[in-house]
Amino acid sequence: MLKEIERKLPVVHMCTIVPISLTVGANRIVPTIAIPHPLGDPTRTREEEKALRRSLTEKALEALQTEITEQTVFEMK
Amino acid sequence: MAFRVVHYINQFYAGIGGEEKADHQPEIREGVVGPGAAFKGAFKADAEIVATVICGDSYFASNLEEATAKIIDLIKPFKPDAFVAGPAFNAGRYGTACGAICEAVSKQLGIPVVSGMYPENPGVDMFKKSHYIIETPDSAAGMRKAVPAMAALLMKLLKKEPLGKPEEEGYIERGIRKNKFYDKLAAERCVDMFVAKLKGLPFETEYKMPVFDRVLPQPAVKDMKNAVIAIVTSGGIVPKGNPDRIEASSASKYGEYDITGVDDLSSDGYRTAHGGYDATYADEDSDRVIPVDVLRDMEKEGVIKKLHNKFYSTVGNGTAVASSARFGAEIADKLVADGVTAVILTST
Repeated sequence: MLKEIERKLPVVHMCTIVPISLTVGANRIVPTIAIPHPLGDPTRTREEEKALRRSLTEKALEALQTEITEQTVFEMK
Repeated sequence: MAFRVVHYINQFYAGIGGEEKADHQPEIREGVVGPGAAFKGAFKADAEIVATVICGDSYFASNLEEATAKIIDLIKPFKPDAFVAGPAFNAGRYGTACGAICEAVSKQLGIPVVSGMYPENPGVDMFKKSHYIIETPDSAAGMRKAVPAMAALLMKLLKKEPLGKPEEEGYIERGIRKNKFYDKLAAERCVDMFVAKLKGLPFETEYKMPVFDRVLPQPAVKDMKNAVIAIVTSGGIVPKGNPDRIEASSASKYGEYDITGVDDLSSDGYRTAHGGYDATYADEDSDRVIPVDVLRDMEKEGVIKKLHNKFYSTVGNGTAVASSARFGAEIADKLVADGVTAVILTST
């Protein structure tokens, strides 16, 4: 799915199992929290969770704005 | 004396539980558990499963290195002569785990290893170079076909018998080249092949070219403030009731859902249709899978121009690569037609 979209539009893959994403051929990858809740963390408060999701989404936008020539994983600091 | 074999299975095949137990930490039990019984039958008196390692799929996938190290430590005291994992059929996390642990055991313990997977399992591309993976059907219905082939290959490796070609032994090609003497010179063989090709007759290459299935990265988004961002997911988020009836596994379709005026995905309105992970957290708050709330905030703040008013969703769970490619191509065309600038694709 991802590669077919990348043929037409820039796409960032937000996922937890980065090795699979690399094998599948995603070019811009942002590692996420966990398989059942990639963009959340139920152990935190709703506000903390949203802040976490915000920072991951900001990382995704940063990835989309970064010129790359090969597969790149954009790790959270 | 029978060879000593250790077997790796996930929490599901151990009878511990499904997705709700996918965080199960690695443990080892003496003797046969679950599908080990079938291996026991296939090995007859030649080999014995002395222990079975069990690990939850999500635990392994989320803690690759730690899980691998723990499992190696669990296996060592049993002094195995060989190691077998799965079969994992088309289960992605299970296949990844089987592949990773086989690779580690082979490297660190230096014993023969075999796993079994369906060719589209992501574990195949990741680990086919490191060990022999028997090609299996896509579901556990193929257990009776998979186990004898895995057992036979493992016995050959243990007895150091020469292996035939992938199609003879039933394993997935590893890309290993072996030197061999022919009566005919290379030039003659080459011309023979060429003539066969021209005549439309079957011929077998001696050196397959690798398939490079890569798409070049698109240029970066220059002006995010004027960008329209769309969300696509394989995490199965759908309006409550799953109006398109997207299948919980092996999805044959995707859904297109209008989120005009939706600022936050509440548990009243959205759910996941995905049957391959514990749905508790996604059902409570689907923003945990697709960040609609955050992108709406960014839209209001002017970080992006717009969150596209439709999102696209399917279930990435044993879904055929061909279906997935078709979904992607169709979605991409729609997004381009709607003036979308870039895509955030989330996976679970």
